[in-house]
Amino acid sequence: MSDARMFPHRHLLGIAGLQPHEIGFLLDEAEQWVELNRATSKHDDRLRGLTLINAFFENSTRTLLSFEIAGKRLGADVVNMHAAQSSVKKGETLIDTAMTLNAMRADMLVIRHASSGAVRLIADKVDCPVLNAGDGRHEHPTQALLDALTIRRRKGRVHGLTVAICGDVLHSRVARSNILCLTSLGADVRVVGPPTLIPAGIEQLGVATFTDFDAGLDGADVVMMLRLQMERMTGGFVPSLREYHAFWGLTPERLARAAPDALVMHPGPMNRGVEIASAIADDPDRSAITEQVEMGVAVRMACLDVLTRRRRGVEGWA
Amino acid sequence: MKAFTNVHLPDGGSANVMIGGERIAAIGGDIPAGAETIDGQGKLLAPGIVDLGVFRVDGPAFRFGGIVRAALMPDQSPPLDDPGLIQRAAYSGKPDIWVHPLAAATRGLKGEELAEFGLMQAAGAKAVATGRRWIADSGVMLRVMRYAAAFDLTVVSHAEDSGLTGSAVATAGETATRLGLPAAPAEAEAMAIARDLALAEISGARLHVRQVTTAAGFDLIRAAKVRGLPVTCGITPAHLLLSDLAVSDFRTFAHLSPPLRSEADRHAALEAVRDGTIDVIASGHDPRGPEDKRLPFADSAAGAAGAETLLALSLNLVRDGVIALERLFELIAANPSRLLGLEGGRLEPGAPADLILVDQDAPWRVDSGRMRAAAGNTPFDKLPVQGRVLRLFKDGREIA
Repeated sequence: MSDARMFPHRHLLGIAGLQPHEIGFLLDEAEQWVELNRATSKHDDRLRGLTLINAFFENSTRTLLSFEIAGKRLGADVVNMHAAQSSVKKGETLIDTAMTLNAMRADMLVIRHASSGAVRLIADKVDCPVLNAGDGRHEHPTQALLDALTIRRRKGRVHGLTVAICGDVLHSRVARSNILCLTSLGADVRVVGPPTLIPAGIEQLGVATFTDFDAGLDGADVVMMLRLQMERMTGGFVPSLREYHAFWGLTPERLARAAPDALVMHPGPMNRGVEIASAIADDPDRSAITEQVEMGVAVRMACLDVLTRRRRGVEGWA
Repeated sequence: MKAFTNVHLPDGGSANVMIGGERIAAIGGDIPAGAETIDGQGKLLAPGIVDLGVFRVDGPAFRFGGIVRAALMPDQSPPLDDPGLIQRAAYSGKPDIWVHPLAAATRGLKGEELAEFGLMQAAGAKAVATGRRWIADSGVMLRVMRYAAAFDLTVVSHAEDSGLTGSAVATAGETATRLGLPAAPAEAEAMAIARDLALAEISGARLHVRQVTTAAGFDLIRAAKVRGLPVTCGITPAHLLLSDLAVSDFRTFAHLSPPLRSEADRHAALEAVRDGTIDVIASGHDPRGPEDKRLPFADSAAGAAGAETLLALSLNLVRDGVIALERLFELIAANPSRLLGLEGGRLEPGAPADLILVDQDAPWRVDSGRMRAAAGNTPFDKLPVQGRVLRLFKDGREIA
């Protein structure tokens, strides 16, 4: 029997602040949804009557779709709001938008925004639980949870594994949430990338840093590739795509440096031929990329369920 | 004739202080017959604060904070780059507060063309300032300094290498990395200071670096002073009392420019106050409403309302034994006054009777919701502090 002591948080704004057992609880909860999602009838009614608003202030296709499916499979009324970045960029408007959504009596808000901290700002102003679907370079907690679930299912554990997170760590919320999540669960985490894309002080998050890709991959159990945003090229962070691929692109030859059964992951969407070669991305024995997408729906269902338990008056949570 | 009695003075002594008209007539001695006596009830009588570098003329906040003169930064709308604007700004606080505008070093503060220092000086400008930003073009900065030197104007600079800082809103390090905030290395400050010191040496200009906040920056200033360069520097209480940990939770009230630094740099700042490297403590008063602050951190405007808390927070330095009370009033009154070429800021016969009566021990709590300032954006919200201005006199006249 679970109760609110298992997850005593009103919102899910990041992995920071979560205890290892709370992360484990969310992963355990997600397992049942993996099963349901694989059945022919993929429906559960526990969020019936609740309004879930996905407010995306930054473009997204797959994450938005994943949250929409997660909400619908749990029976919620799901509304998607695409706020063009231009019209909602100025601040009071962001708060005003949040207050508007609140006044419409949303029962759960899922928010993505291009600025670090924006989701927390909204969470402080509304009455319902808020789930961070990515804020700037800060956090993307459900991505880290789905990655941890994928690793746990493929490797049987997270503790003690060596995970190399590779690429544009500086601009990546996926990297930050994964570093916090994986180190919390006892993995040995490395970050690997061009020196211009490794943020200062990242070692203090308990990771080792490498600029030499081969050294960083050496013996890794999990190789997590990050998307290289094309606009980083114009920002002068790397000289060219071909140079990036030559030194930090994952190829079959490079992957041979990792453990023989190393798992390759990518949060998507991939730049094939830049950070990852197609031969790896498409190899079902090595790549967990489609499985990550599948786990994404399950993890998001678990989070929506858990965060709305108090509101729904679930025994032990109300 | 007025006479303050039963007061103690910043140097620790106690004496009657006589005011004749707008000036201090005598310190010590008997109260002349017929003088109006003001009983200080054993409190501190000190020079009114001269605040070197505020972004807004904010009477109620200045009155509460004991500020009688304020040097207004040129970052106004429009920028203070024209004699007419300077003249208008100089009158904007009278009669209660004297505003001393700082002339924009370049037209529109764009860092490209020299502004009319000479005409602006004639209109009342007391120094030249680069504004919130550094002048990136070293050639322009050299011309600014040479030209300012000819008019005997101090150049007040902002020291952050803009190539390094870019769009950064935090100091590179663990906190910024955890929060995912655009960040720049703290060394951006020392690089800017090193250049401006080199240009000061070439040009012979007096340089005042308005805010120095890093150990490397203090080292450069310290060494330049030893070499005999006419350089001074300042700081605000925020950088003496807070480190970048204060921006955790994305608190935009702690979004400052330059950004808050590491704990090691904060300790270096305290040491620089102690050893005399820092000449000025100022409020950097920059009230900002919700339209500028209730935003995601990187989108919010930098700056804090500091006028009300300047004295109380600075008194911590005295209580903690960093400096003596007399030295504090050099930092917040005498030195900024001298830098600007003003008469005030000193307790001596003949000086303007700009005085504050202070209860050093009076406790109060900073409350961003109940500030006198135009906005309550203080990084010290809810902090219990001690020290309150009881009465304020400008040119011998009490300001209510």
